[in-house]
Amino acid sequence: MIDLSKTIDLSTTYLGLKLKNPLVASSSPVCEDLGNVRRLEDAGASAVVLQSLFEEQIEHESDELDRYLDASSEIGAESETQLPELTRRVTGPEGYLTHIAKCKQAVKIPIVASLNGTSPGGWMSYAKQMEQAGADALELNIYYIPASPDITGEQVEQKYVDLVMAVKREVKIPVAVKLGPYFSSMANMARKLDATGVNGLVLFNRFYQPDFDLEALEVVPNLILSNSHELLLRLHWIAVLYGNIKADMALTGGVHSHTDVIKAMMAGARVAMMTSALLKRGISYLDTLSTELLIWMGEHEYDSIKQMQGSMSRNSAPQTGAFERVNYMKVLSSYAMR
Amino acid sequence: MTSSSTTTRPQVTIDGNEAAAYVAHQTNEVIAIYPITPSSNMGEWADQWSAEQKTNIWGTVPTVVEMQSEGGAAGALHGALQAGALATTFTASQGLLLMIPNMFKIAGELTPTVFHIAARAVATHALSIFGDHSDVMAARSTGFGMLSSNSVQEVMDMALIAQAASLESRIPFLHFFDGFRTSHEVAKVEQLTPDDLRAMIDEQLVSAHRNRSLNPDRPVLRGTAQNPDVFFQAREACNPYYLAAPTIVQDAMDKFAKIVGRQYHLFDYAGAPDAERIVIMMGSGADVAHETVDALVAAGEKVGLLKVRLYRPFAVEDFVEALPASVKSIAVLDRSKEPGATGEPLYCDVITALAEMGVAKKVIGGRYGLASKEFTPAMVKGVFDELAKKSPKNHFTVGIHDDVTHTSLDYDPQFSTEVEGTVRAMFFGLGADGTVGANKNSIKIIGEETDNFAQGYFVYDSKKSGAITTSHLRFGPRPLRSSYLISKASFVACHQFSFLERLDVLKAAETGATFLLNSTFGPDEVWDHLPRTVQRQIIEKKLKFYMIDGYEVARQTGMGERVNTIMQTCFFAISGVLPREEAIAAIKHSIEKTYGKRGESVVKKNFAAVDAALDHLHEVKVPEKVTSLFDIRRPVPVEAPGFVQRFTAKIIAGEGDDLPVSAMPIDGTFPVSTAQWEKRNIALEIPAWDEELCIQCGKCVLVCPHSVIRAKVYDEKQLAGAPATFKAVAARWKDMKERKYTLQVAPEDCTGCTLCVEICPAKSKSEVKHKAINMVAQPPLRETEAANWEFFLKIPETDRTALSMSQVKDVQLLRPLFEFSGACSGCGETPYVKLMTQLFGDRMLIANATGCSSIYGGNLPTTPYCQNESGQGPAWSNSLFEDNAEFGMGMRLALDKQQEYAHELVWRLGFAIGENLAQAILNADQKTEQGIFEQRERVKQLKEKLAEIHTSDARDLSTLADVLVKKSVWIVGGDGWAYDIGYGGLDHVLASGRNVNVLVLDTEVYSNTGGQASKATPRGAVAKFAASGKQTGKKDLAMMAVNYGSVYVARVAMGASDMHTVKSFLEAEAYHGPSLIVAYSHCIAHGYDMADGMEQQKAAVNSGYWPLFRFNPDLIAQNKNPFQLDSRAPSITLKEYIYNETRYTMLVKSNPEEAKKLLDLAQQDVAERWKLYDYMAHEPFNGAEVKK
Repeated sequence: MIDLSKTIDLSTTYLGLKLKNPLVASSSPVCEDLGNVRRLEDAGASAVVLQSLFEEQIEHESDELDRYLDASSEIGAESETQLPELTRRVTGPEGYLTHIAKCKQAVKIPIVASLNGTSPGGWMSYAKQMEQAGADALELNIYYIPASPDITGEQVEQKYVDLVMAVKREVKIPVAVKLGPYFSSMANMARKLDATGVNGLVLFNRFYQPDFDLEALEVVPNLILSNSHELLLRLHWIAVLYGNIKADMALTGGVHSHTDVIKAMMAGARVAMMTSALLKRGISYLDTLSTELLIWMGEHEYDSIKQMQGSMSRNSAPQTGAFERVNYMKVLSSYAMR
Repeated sequence: MTSSSTTTRPQVTIDGNEAAAYVAHQTNEVIAIYPITPSSNMGEWADQWSAEQKTNIWGTVPTVVEMQSEGGAAGALHGALQAGALATTFTASQGLLLMIPNMFKIAGELTPTVFHIAARAVATHALSIFGDHSDVMAARSTGFGMLSSNSVQEVMDMALIAQAASLESRIPFLHFFDGFRTSHEVAKVEQLTPDDLRAMIDEQLVSAHRNRSLNPDRPVLRGTAQNPDVFFQAREACNPYYLAAPTIVQDAMDKFAKIVGRQYHLFDYAGAPDAERIVIMMGSGADVAHETVDALVAAGEKVGLLKVRLYRPFAVEDFVEALPASVKSIAVLDRSKEPGATGEPLYCDVITALAEMGVAKKVIGGRYGLASKEFTPAMVKGVFDELAKKSPKNHFTVGIHDDVTHTSLDYDPQFSTEVEGTVRAMFFGLGADGTVGANKNSIKIIGEETDNFAQGYFVYDSKKSGAITTSHLRFGPRPLRSSYLISKASFVACHQFSFLERLDVLKAAETGATFLLNSTFGPDEVWDHLPRTVQRQIIEKKLKFYMIDGYEVARQTGMGERVNTIMQTCFFAISGVLPREEAIAAIKHSIEKTYGKRGESVVKKNFAAVDAALDHLHEVKVPEKVTSLFDIRRPVPVEAPGFVQRFTAKIIAGEGDDLPVSAMPIDGTFPVSTAQWEKRNIALEIPAWDEELCIQCGKCVLVCPHSVIRAKVYDEKQLAGAPATFKAVAARWKDMKERKYTLQVAPEDCTGCTLCVEICPAKSKSEVKHKAINMVAQPPLRETEAANWEFFLKIPETDRTALSMSQVKDVQLLRPLFEFSGACSGCGETPYVKLMTQLFGDRMLIANATGCSSIYGGNLPTTPYCQNESGQGPAWSNSLFEDNAEFGMGMRLALDKQQEYAHELVWRLGFAIGENLAQAILNADQKTEQGIFEQRERVKQLKEKLAEIHTSDARDLSTLADVLVKKSVWIVGGDGWAYDIGYGGLDHVLASGRNVNVLVLDTEVYSNTGGQASKATPRGAVAKFAASGKQTGKKDLAMMAVNYGSVYVARVAMGASDMHTVKSFLEAEAYHGPSLIVAYSHCIAHGYDMADGMEQQKAAVNSGYWPLFRFNPDLIAQNKNPFQLDSRAPSITLKEYIYNETRYTMLVKSNPEEAKKLLDLAQQDVAERWKLYDYMAHEPFNGAEVKK
């Protein structure tokens, strides 16, 4: 029997990091647990993006703590306080930073730290601390929802650019930025970010829209795991951007099978990131995935991942129009014919 | 180790409790504690320091253990001492009384230890948390030595002297100082160093103590029982030790003086060497007397003061030697009262000492300062003036007006000895607004950053919502002995604008003082919004007037509504005590120290507030004339009854000190229904009813903690004369469709908690956030809604007999007989208390354990328990903390006996009163409201008949006839009582079979004393004495009671199921035997927004943490499983419930790994408990499989 892993090269590079394959665990609470990070490595993940450090959450929790400690103080002569003094200083990013260090000790694969910030000061200082804690790279998760009608698209774009530039100045390790797809001109936005010297774009953030509970008449948070349909939006934009920007691209959202990984590569991604698939099928699914990847490549006579990367991008695909308005019209008319 | 008086010691600004705990923690190995005001903080400090791994002088961290009561703490301490540990405790008042049995033992066994006591009044006609010596005086026969401290510095010094003297003399000591006045006064003191402590504690004496311990390697037996032949002699065997003790104490004082430089004596004299009149006293009052004596001597008077430091053993010779020979007359001042005695204790000791030494002086004795009654230089002068009289009054009182037995001395209240050059600043703040904390920091800054002497004292009113705090700060270049409140202030700050119309904040402002006001009105408009009294004083006293919109600064800097650091910055800027830049740097340093552990963002926003404050500070140009058209509000409305006008109103107005003895009830008995007259207007927003949207479910009425939302169903004709804005709609009751329904809010009594809005299930179809009840601004509605409320009250109550008690919808129509209490806004306890009074209030007796429920239920000035239109209502009493179950059972025993006797009398008098009536009374079925109503009617008839029968039986029966109507006894208290201190009694009462109902308001901590852990505190929660998270699981009190099989038990959570709660109350009351209801009560000590309290209750139940159940022994007779599990299997994780609360998340934030460990264990607890409950609910009963 032929050992495909010896004949087929699954390796790729992402953010300047040499990876044994394109299967990367995306940022999620799965990575909060050191045991899980070890299991991810064992199952074949080539890198792990840790869960996000939420600056907002750190501040919010401190503010809430402050608020409730105060609200229960000075109530009366008998109860000047209701809760004891904190025995230790509250942990801000320390827990996260320690986790980075522990992960680095525990596994050999690269550890990418993920930062979700709200203030320029927060972005800078936490990014630096993550670098110092030993992160191999940094993923900036810019989950920004401009709900105010006074904020223009230009302002939003500038905010992203300023932020990335500032973080790039602050750290020496590679920096990727994770984005949502909702820009008027996604390609232009990508180019603007590329111009900052950012090392990677992670496409795309999933937008967690709240749902309505019709019985309680309440707006409720809603988390639905991704599915392969979500892949298509990502494929589209990676294919469009491939060759137009210097930054590496990572596809995240909707990767559930080896064919999804292959599609991601063909569109031009350097890595395919996943969480939902692992939550649904377990961490060991990564092992299955890489085997299936090898089999498919063997059957289709591909030698390496690098060989297929970008092979179906906008510039390389046989039907260039498929990525443009022409395709839109085609799809609509085909639907009408059914 | 050596130490010397030349050593530089840190100057720290701390309170008396911290000073005592500082020495105690470093010189002991085992500390057994139990919370009681005002000593709790000593235990809290000790616990915190041990949690922070701070070591004692031997380099080991003392073990601090919380016991179930002070009796338990004393027992544990006794054991620790017997086993050779250096051990200590802290307590006060009733706590000390509970320790007395062990104190006799500890002293009888000549065991060295020091108990540190924040001396507090013992409850008599009333409870008081405030300071006097009645507790320590009650312990004076135990054989403990007694050493008194008069100031914070002395507390630290005497704590050490007592420790050293106790070890050497083998006599245990009570080291006591005045509760609140010294225990809570913040003052600048020189802190003893560990070297000082080591130098004072003789290692050989420590070894000797250990060598006397119980040790199986050299066994002894201690604690024999002795017979008449030897007990007496053995009791006398200790005499040499007591005789030697005064010398040992003086030696310790001398040694201390050599090391530290401060010299104390057993008796310290201050004043003129040739004094003719002197006072003798102990405690903080002695410092006041010292200041007064200094002033009088400077004015040429021959007066003096003898401070008694070592009170027991009383050193007669030293005492007489300390008296100047020139003394002609002596006034002995006692801060306690011993009714019926020949005099108070210190007076009697002085008389005896003088007599024994053959010294003839004129001696009078008097009482002062009971329960922290102000004791001022004016009163001291009054005493000296009395001594100058030919026939001075003996057994006098000073500081009150006794117009009954005329004991009180007259004095000139204007007399003042305030030290020149001292800044005296007063700050008025709102409870929980941070004013007190900021002022504590201010006085620390002044004490530690300048050469000034500094003192801070903080006064709270007794409300838990909307309380007013007054901070009294003094600082200046000369030593401060002014242990009394400021009455001449050079600076007054009012942090809450609304106070201006509630109280006279400028009363104490002296001419030329500065007034700082937090006002949303700008510098040009603020004047027009001031009441006349305020304007007049600003003009007449020529005050410099500054204002700042602190709220605006707070909003801009992310501080929400918290203005404390903003106002603090303004105070420093205006007072100029430090150069501005230095002051700001010092404030920031204190912010870092106070809030640093809470996280960087908290520090940052406070810094931002400090930086922004001064730009918003304005001096206000004061007009020449009073222009305002309104004034400070009356404390109570004119229509309030006489007692309220004469008595209650004075207290509300802050003039309670002026009430004479004759105004007082002689035995602590007070009228009910007085809270209704105290219109506090503390809510900025109140609920407004949308009558169209309302489904009349009554949930808002049920959850309202202050009974400010009421509903009535009534005939339309009652609407005649209704105010124009009064709302009424058709009642949505099947059998009352023709009638009207009104939901009315009491706008001036609401605290604005929003629980009602949160619970309201009716949402607008077009705008979902709009509910049938919504919060709106109070001021614009105050007048109209107050008129509507007045009108609403006049509408007749809905007839109880027509309602179904088990329906929440119907229960809302029952008049609550508990209203407008001083409980916290959003309180989780009071909805249960209110429900209890709605269901049974017209025929209930309440035994209330000390705690939150006794404070909001019974703390003056007003009482929330009230009467219905027939004059019936709950009869309420508080005995103690530890005995409440027994107290309530006693009530039941009396009722049962009286009922039995009344029945006998009815039977005996059957012929005279008519057999039919007699039989009807004796056989009355009082299970329903209708049955009770009918019995009331019969008893009415009976009384009429008895009035015409002139026999002793008939007269007896008429005094007992009321008991023929079914009475309900409720034993109410918190978890501290039920799980801990009162558990033994509760257990006994539950086992007694007597028909009592126990309601445990379970907040899972000692809420009233400030959130200390009880056995109800859940695993993983942080509480005081469990600062690192409680390691053990909550005791399952309900299940323990279930084990008896004969007790009705229910575990309820109103927010999870109001119906279940109502049902449980009804079943508990109906059960003819003991009943226990354990009620989940959300509390500010849990650390989240109380508006979400009911939601959290739901989460507690949904997570399986708080399964609802009822155990009804009556079902056994029906061959049914008595255990009914009333909530479903856990549907959310424990984490989803508990991590909404700061008491859990503060551990997550500060020690995530520990939090995770405890969460896992707690989740396991839930699973195991659920398994057990589920099994019990479904186990085969009487051979039959119970239906699932």
